[in-house]
Amino acid sequence: MSQVVFGVVLGVSILVFAYHVKLLRRTILLGREASVSSSFSQSFRQMLKYALLQARMLDRPVAAIAHWAIYVGFLVVNIEVVEILLDGLTGEHRILAPYLGGFYDAVMVISEVFMVLVFIAAVVFLWRRNVLRLPRFHTAEMRGWPPLDANIILWTEIALVLALLIMNASEQLLQERGIYRRVGTFPISQWLMPILERMDNPTLIGVERAAWWIHILGILAFLNYIPFSKHLHIFLSFPNTYYASLEPSGKLSSLPQLTPVVAEALGLVETNSTSSEAPSSLGAKDVTDLTWKNLLDAYSCTECGRCTAVCPAHITGKKLSPRKIMMDTRDRLEEIKRQLYKKGKWEPDGKALLGDYITPEELWACTTCNACVRACPVLINPVSIILQLRQYLVMEASQAPETINVLFNNLENNGSPWAFPSADRGKWAEKLLES
Amino acid sequence: MAGKLLSTWAAASEKPEILYWVGCAASFDDRAQRVAQAFVRLLEAAGVRWGILGSEETCTGDPAKRAGNDFLFQMLALQNIQTLKNYEVQEIVATCPHCFNTLKNEYPQLGGNFKVWHHSQYLVKLIREGRLRLTQDRKKERVVFHDPCYLGRANGEYEAPRFLLRAVGMSAIESPRSKDFSLCCGAGGAQMFKEPEPGRKDINIERTEELLSLSPQTIAVGCPFCMTMITDGVKHLGATDKTRVRDIAEILAEYLGLSET
Ligand code: SF4
Ligand code: SF4
Repeated sequence: MSQVVFGVVLGVSILVFAYHVKLLRRTILLGREASVSSSFSQSFRQMLKYALLQARMLDRPVAAIAHWAIYVGFLVVNIEVVEILLDGLTGEHRILAPYLGGFYDAVMVISEVFMVLVFIAAVVFLWRRNVLRLPRFHTAEMRGWPPLDANIILWTEIALVLALLIMNASEQLLQERGIYRRVGTFPISQWLMPILERMDNPTLIGVERAAWWIHILGILAFLNYIPFSKHLHIFLSFPNTYYASLEPSGKLSSLPQLTPVVAEALGLVETNSTSSEAPSSLGAKDVTDLTWKNLLDAYSCTECGRCTAVCPAHITGKKLSPRKIMMDTRDRLEEIKRQLYKKGKWEPDGKALLGDYITPEELWACTTCNACVRACPVLINPVSIILQLRQYLVMEASQAPETINVLFNNLENNGSPWAFPSADRGKWAEKLLES
Repeated sequence: MAGKLLSTWAAASEKPEILYWVGCAASFDDRAQRVAQAFVRLLEAAGVRWGILGSEETCTGDPAKRAGNDFLFQMLALQNIQTLKNYEVQEIVATCPHCFNTLKNEYPQLGGNFKVWHHSQYLVKLIREGRLRLTQDRKKERVVFHDPCYLGRANGEYEAPRFLLRAVGMSAIESPRSKDFSLCCGAGGAQMFKEPEPGRKDINIERTEELLSLSPQTIAVGCPFCMTMITDGVKHLGATDKTRVRDIAEILAEYLGLSET
């Protein structure tokens, strides 16, 4: 009976998760074509370095260690989860033990040690966030859902760890009492045994079973929570670092559709009367005008705020926060995703990323210094989005600030940002030049 | 002297070793002009045959591009590429990291492929090749280098300017935010040409305060826009008599006793 219940719960969880992954994929692919590197080996190495080994976490050592504990703990506990799934489906108890022998003991020991490390790390993170209140976790965009999301994740991790340790502690007592077969070594959870000692056998079995169910149901619930959470980064950091640019961060590509037009205007190529395709709109007004890589960036964002903490505009009190740029992009995408879910297709709803989420004031405060790009542990590029929105403001909406229009005029008329005649360009060198 | 306009070189059916891309700041701004002059004196001292475009140079298009006007950027870029190709230019050195970045990274997509140097890199090369000879003098000066975003973070060059400072014997100290975590001076992304957005503080003040907290005798820069921003910051904070703001080319030229013309 319980196998059937388990099978159904597991099946439904996986189906629901798969549906949401598909929906997410569809949403991300609403973005425009992105030019990504074709070098598999370089991209793959980049992914190993930044997603698997989390090289940039080391910029902040305390966070790096705590994050590493949770990350490895998550990987290790998966071995135990495999067993739980097999037990659940077959009705066996600790099915892998006889097959793995001494290795099983080792897995249990490592997993218990990491459960403690995860517990400590989660407490450290909760402490930094809610007691120390690190400033980067409490900027304007971090109100309402984002901090709640972060706390839900951390408390869930603590709950899952406790369920596992209680499960193992009662297991061990039941083994000692000869009810369960003797398998595994549980160096940590034995310290919890005194709490459970006075329970009679049926109660203890009840506790063991309850902890087992809570653990696995917790995991399945969490799995289905992830698509709506910043926790998506545990999956998306991999494709995101794989597809992240391998070029120097100073390089911005030019809009290719403009090049023939400009070349023609300059008389560099012969006028081609057939090239009269309707030009697509320039820059980005909404998320669907951004590339799918920009959208993948938004869903990969961990909301850690490292970008904002190093942003010169933010540091000096301007409205710009690169994290907010990413979060706004994601919020707008979620709005579109909900429509995809309800109506099965996306139709413009009269709203846009530019204006309804991000204001020109934020965009114009960016110095394109790339500090945010350097800081991001999962290689997100907020500047790319900022620039595409600026392009729309300037080239489609003609809404540049007055001084920027003066700049454009000077560049057009004098070939320089200032209104000096180009004939004077060599003057500084008059005495230094041979004629 | 071995410097001529490219048109003069071409008229003599000759080519210089390198084109010095002067940039708008050094063409028109008094302070940046002095950097250009110092750099050119270094080229002369090393016996480099150099050229400039003079009135045939225009803005690379960097501020237009970063202000969102890719149309205008491409206008300027395609024109410059045409000019450079006409003169069969192969190697370029720039004293402005924005020009350097644009020429190096953004012109290839539009058909302009050149070997591009930042002047700090080129000076290191001249020293390594023994063309620019150092003396035994040691300048005992407390100096901090302010990494320009478009040389450092954007292109990964942190070592060349520091090499030059060490070469003249200066003890280079690092600011709390340096190298890839260097703080922008506030000028990039076309900010130089507009009013800052409302905020608590100007970015150049934030940065200059940080640099001055190290009590340097010299703040070394490698970008004409950083030069303007940090010099303004030092003035604003009343530290002009304690701290000078100088480009690495000026430091090297002064060390080598290359007098002003
Ligand atoms: S590039 Fe723009 S958003 Fe990113 S840190 Fe610099 S100023 Fe801030
Ligand atoms: S963009 Fe990167 S650095 Fe910024 S909050 Fe998101 S994950 Fe953190």
